[in-house]
Amino acid sequence: MSQQPHSHGINDGSHESHGSLKSYIIGFVLSLVLTVIPLVAVLNDMVNGNAALVVLLVTAVLQFIVQLVFFMHLREEKKPRWNLMALILGIVIVLTIVLGSVWIMEYNNIV
Amino acid sequence: MLDRIKDFASGFFVTGDPLIYGADVAIVLTMIAVVAVLSYFKKWGWLWKEWLTSVDHKKIGIMYIIAALLMLFRGGVDALLMRTQLVMPDNDFLKPEHYNEIFTTHGVIMILFMAMPLMFGLFNIAVPLQIGARDVAFPFLNSLSFWLFFMGAMLFNLSFVIGGSPNGGWLAYPPLTEKMFSPGVGQDFYIWGIQISGIGSLMTGINFIITILKMRAPGMKLMKMPMFSWSVLASSLTIILAFPILTVTLALLFLDRFLGAHFFSLDAGGNPMMYINLIWMWGHPEVYIVVLPAFGIFSEVVSTFSKKKLFGYKSMVFALMSISVVSFFTWAHHFFTMGSGADVNAFFAVSTMIIAIPTGVKIFNWLLTMYKGKISFKLPMLWTMAFIPCFVIGGMTGVLLSVAPADFQFHNSYFLIAHFHQVLIGGVAFGYFAGLYYWWPKMFGFTLNEKLGKWAFWLWNIGFYVCFMPQYLLGLMGMTRRYSTYGWDTGWFGLNLVSTIGGFLMGIGFLFQVWQILHSIRFMQKDKTGDPWDGRTLEWSIPSPAPMYNFATEPRVGEVDDWWEEKQRLAAGQAPQPKPALEPIHMPKNSGIPIIKAACWFVAGFGFVFDWLWLAIPGLVGVAVCMLAHSFNYDTDYYIPVDEIKRTEAAARRGV
Amino acid sequence: MANHGNEAAAVHHGHGHDHGHEGHHDLEALRQMGFWLFLITDCILFGTLFATYIVLHHNTAGGPTASELFEMPGVIAETFILLTSSFTSGLAVLSMNRGDRKGLIGWLIVTAILGASFIGLELSEFIKMVGDGAKISTSAFLSGFFTLVGTHGLHVSVGLCWMIALMIQLSRRGITPVTRRKVNIISLYWHFLDVVWIFVFTIVYMMGVM
Repeated sequence: MSQQPHSHGINDGSHESHGSLKSYIIGFVLSLVLTVIPLVAVLNDMVNGNAALVVLLVTAVLQFIVQLVFFMHLREEKKPRWNLMALILGIVIVLTIVLGSVWIMEYNNIV
Repeated sequence: MLDRIKDFASGFFVTGDPLIYGADVAIVLTMIAVVAVLSYFKKWGWLWKEWLTSVDHKKIGIMYIIAALLMLFRGGVDALLMRTQLVMPDNDFLKPEHYNEIFTTHGVIMILFMAMPLMFGLFNIAVPLQIGARDVAFPFLNSLSFWLFFMGAMLFNLSFVIGGSPNGGWLAYPPLTEKMFSPGVGQDFYIWGIQISGIGSLMTGINFIITILKMRAPGMKLMKMPMFSWSVLASSLTIILAFPILTVTLALLFLDRFLGAHFFSLDAGGNPMMYINLIWMWGHPEVYIVVLPAFGIFSEVVSTFSKKKLFGYKSMVFALMSISVVSFFTWAHHFFTMGSGADVNAFFAVSTMIIAIPTGVKIFNWLLTMYKGKISFKLPMLWTMAFIPCFVIGGMTGVLLSVAPADFQFHNSYFLIAHFHQVLIGGVAFGYFAGLYYWWPKMFGFTLNEKLGKWAFWLWNIGFYVCFMPQYLLGLMGMTRRYSTYGWDTGWFGLNLVSTIGGFLMGIGFLFQVWQILHSIRFMQKDKTGDPWDGRTLEWSIPSPAPMYNFATEPRVGEVDDWWEEKQRLAAGQAPQPKPALEPIHMPKNSGIPIIKAACWFVAGFGFVFDWLWLAIPGLVGVAVCMLAHSFNYDTDYYIPVDEIKRTEAAARRGV
Repeated sequence: MANHGNEAAAVHHGHGHDHGHEGHHDLEALRQMGFWLFLITDCILFGTLFATYIVLHHNTAGGPTASELFEMPGVIAETFILLTSSFTSGLAVLSMNRGDRKGLIGWLIVTAILGASFIGLELSEFIKMVGDGAKISTSAFLSGFFTLVGTHGLHVSVGLCWMIALMIQLSRRGITPVTRRKVNIISLYWHFLDVVWIFVFTIVYMMGVM
């Protein structure tokens, strides 16, 4: 049983979506750059305060996207893109958890 | 030496209460009886091979349901003990600390060890059959999920006789549940019992999403799927998004208790309100997790017993899926009184009101499906008809509660208690009863006695209103939840007395259901058609009970309610759809690893409860060994030859 | 998602579906998608830990603060090591897709060694902190810190054990549809752990010392 998944035009079984050495190297180099930027900028006090926060978060999110595209090959999924949909929903919930908690607990900090 | 053993035992076992001694004796006698019966009839091998190691979704479903009904009994007894204590003022039937334990275990058991497994049981029974699959996507994982639930439930229930029950309420708010205020082991039983079964629930969620998305029969597009399967998809989605939050929250509480961390303590910077915030991020979606499948059941039942297509299929799908997501944006309405500021309360009040809209849409869909239908009042339909008014009242009191300023009056009063029992009994329990009656013939191949079922139905329904309507009034009169007793001067006596009578009526209703099942087994009315209700979806196109491979050949689906349309075509004299030739069927092998692995979790959990690392570590090692054993095992499946399929099908048809 | 390689699909399942496009999608592809959903749940698990850390991180209760405690050189080394191991796990998948079993096992060994050195650095960081009196029971900030970073470390450690088990299976059985799926899954898991670390690095360490 189970051994009979019925496909409805899904993301797998494809032979073309292996990722290539080139995409891995591009991803790696981009990740390195996106790690070095915040290190240099923030640890050397080139940016401060909110600007530093923005630099940190933007480079982190960019690196997240780089890894999704170049390492996890998210773009290569075939329709319907269940994995992408699940990921987006997961991110929405994670943001809800983090931002919602911060918002609610802002009033309740008992320290 | 003897003194030390005595000393240990008096702390280890729960002592001093005659009720518990009685339960001890009953448990021991039952266990001896079970062992004796199994040994006398030489059924151990059968039990192991056919059930405990089975990866067949139908058998796992039945095991879930049996466990859930046992838990319903335990949770129900808890409820009746509470109602007995509250029957009159200044009662001393239960000591306050015993009362605290009972309302805690009642809540936990009813939600997590009754509603959840009953729901998973129905998932397992119905979903693969409805979508024309031969099993779920991951049968091994399915078995593991069941055994994790079972061992978690057993660990939790063990606290009743060993170590002492948890007494911090069903969601165990700190700081009360921190080590400082709850030094006993009850709270640790709570954490580990729920944690272990929660891992199982999470895996079930993943399993059913993949099953529904990828294993539908050819031709069954998503928008041609039976509504129950849609509701399972919505519920499973909510499970996988919500349960990790519960896992973390309980783990943090455990770290507080076990390693002296300061997440939720009152000292060293901890903040108990963070726990309340986190637990409701799981807790609120959890109520939708259990109620969405009930909505799916009602949709199937209404359509089948009105002999009409479900009204508003698309709006129903939209309502189910939107509820499963919007349910993540309402959690703070459980703690309006915590002091989160007006903007927070306003946001969550509005989001709570918004979620009532898709729920209301569904009510109209069901009513319009019944409109001008040829309704037959069989048991599943009766429960559905009872559900609608009950849930409407419960839903509207819910909207009252969502008004944040008003909630400051209702909060934690019996008004709230009446509200959530009305949606959980009127919505969830009635729904699962309807589902149980509906799919019972498919599970076991015989129908349940209607007459006894109607007795049970009326007792439950009358009992329900007699029990909970007075509680709305008690709430408005100022009675707060979790009071173990109250004085004569409060004026609450009469209504509490009425409420208790209602509780016992529901208890008698449950006994009628047990009688109904036993009676129907004794005087079995076999269902030889496989389709006793003149059903609409694929599960009714195969014999009852379904053969182990479900469908001899893969069904091909053309439209919504495909089996109904096929029957219409046959009645109109058209030729049946040609069936493809039989081929060997690929099946997964049974495995003993799930039950052993779950037992190792039980051992590890028990060790952590008592801070016995010498027991916990071997338990965890056992878990790891089981994982490796599974990973290294490549001999996991086999084929059923065509001859055997032919024999099975012929035998099933002889029955017809 | 790891759509890498799925000739896996070629696994024989004995009942030829003859209906057109159906039937090539076998159990292994299903398992890969199931694992992706598991990773989504893991995202939420980490999200909850991050939320707790962020809410509690000012509550140092007189104990050491983030900027007093964190020593960036070690953390920076950990970051680059894990990033490189994410890259090498990708190279392992590429070798597998070429059918090069030796290359596959070789890159997995490199990945595992990098992972182990990450864990080693993290452990020595933790040990030093505890030695300096910054324990999980010191303050809410440290409870959140050790739990969040420790949970990530635990994930990496589990991945290491799993990788070793997988290398044994690969050397015994070679590249089959089943082992291929397992390699795809573990490399996905490894990339995921690197992604989580990006946020640990940014939110816990960088914002802590900023």
